[in-house]
Amino acid sequence: MSMSYIDKNYIYAVSRIRYAELRLLDGSVFDRLIEAKDVAECITILAEKGFGGEYRDPEGMLGYEKSRLWELIAELVPDMSVFDVFRLQNDYSNLKAAIKESALDLDIPGIYSQEAVADPMLIKQAVRERRYKELPLEMADIAELCHELFLRTGDGQLCDIMIDRAAMEAILRAAEASKEPVLIEYSRLTVGASDIKIAVRAMLTGKDDEFLRRALAPCPLLDTELLIRAALSGMDELCAYLMNTDFKDAVTELRKSLAAFEKYCDDLIIERLGTQKWNSFGLGPIAAYILARETEIRSVRILLTAKQNGFSAESIRERMRRTYV
Amino acid sequence: MENMGLLFALCGAALSAAMAGIGSAIGVGIAGRAASGVVTEDPNQFSKVLVLQLLPGTQGIYGLLIAFITLTQIGIMGGDSNVSLQEGLLYLVSCLPMAFGGLFSAVAQGKCSVSAIGLVAKKPDQFGKAMIFPAMVETYAILSLLISILSIFGVSGLGL
Repeated sequence: MSMSYIDKNYIYAVSRIRYAELRLLDGSVFDRLIEAKDVAECITILAEKGFGGEYRDPEGMLGYEKSRLWELIAELVPDMSVFDVFRLQNDYSNLKAAIKESALDLDIPGIYSQEAVADPMLIKQAVRERRYKELPLEMADIAELCHELFLRTGDGQLCDIMIDRAAMEAILRAAEASKEPVLIEYSRLTVGASDIKIAVRAMLTGKDDEFLRRALAPCPLLDTELLIRAALSGMDELCAYLMNTDFKDAVTELRKSLAAFEKYCDDLIIERLGTQKWNSFGLGPIAAYILARETEIRSVRILLTAKQNGFSAESIRERMRRTYV
Repeated sequence: MENMGLLFALCGAALSAAMAGIGSAIGVGIAGRAASGVVTEDPNQFSKVLVLQLLPGTQGIYGLLIAFITLTQIGIMGGDSNVSLQEGLLYLVSCLPMAFGGLFSAVAQGKCSVSAIGLVAKKPDQFGKAMIFPAMVETYAILSLLISILSIFGVSGLGL
């Protein structure tokens, strides 16, 4: 079949997504979950809404929802590579796990994320046997560099920041390659938020500019040099710099705490993608739905963990992400 | 050369049927994809989304009507087929509103139907309102039809 017959506007897919959006948990469900007295009551409420299928344990339910999301997307979009942007970070987390596992000569079950672009076992094997060329092309160099570095110095933190940076760069590249405005916006906000978090943590722990230059991924929304200079000067300078960027509204949250800033950034992405609810054509609505589901699953995870640890309803509410619907 | 008038008039009829038909095919086609998506999830919505899918199909019928009237007027369907060059060109121009109006309005209506089908997917009880939005686009197809019909009958009344 020639390319011209393929539904480039994803009309069928978007129509299915409209239905799937109906099953997203809305604010009122989260209110009930927050007010629930314990995890068991939360699970009952979630099960009522069809969340988690037949599973009745938190991990099982969350895992089921994740795989259900990607099964639906695989059914609707013939070429899943456009959504690599959402999964690449898991690949790089798998790479970190593989390097540490191999260097420490351990075999820890369950540390690899299955929701990744490349097969986690391929990454594990390639790193263990030092056959870096078998890794996905963009990963080969950083894998070799970090593996050798870890073996030589045992500096896990340095490896982590280098791999995190490579992940952010890969996300930006994948989004730009897709030419999909929604994915590009998502990637820029994600990388920008990650850079700011790194800069703040580095500032709080007194890291130098060399560390920051290694750790920060270039982001079109930020001037890395100015960010580094501001981070080295202190919180006030950092906030003053951010006032001139797309993250100016996040400054108040950043002054509160990193967790509040993180929540603000997640909410900002969901808010920016909210307009896709009224778009009937293209990958935009599908991308927005994936993100909405990922955020929903993350919110449920935060909520269940907080309930398990006996957090108050008020402190849980502060951590809940904005819902798409 | 003496049949050039007939040739131009026939071109008009052909353009009106073909272009409006192409528009409707595209419109009904894209609306059908959206409708399939809804029926996959909820087969009970079949009749509602079918109506919305068919809305962009009317332009093809209007185009056919204009082609049919033109063929009758120029005698292709029987009778005297003596059409002067001037008359033939006038028939061709008369068919153009339906040809272009039909093509573009059907595609636009199809896209609007896709969105309306999305609305029905989310709120099936709002079907009445969902139907009004694509039906609005129909206005412009009807205006094109009206001008084409008036022009064709006007040309035959000139007696050129």
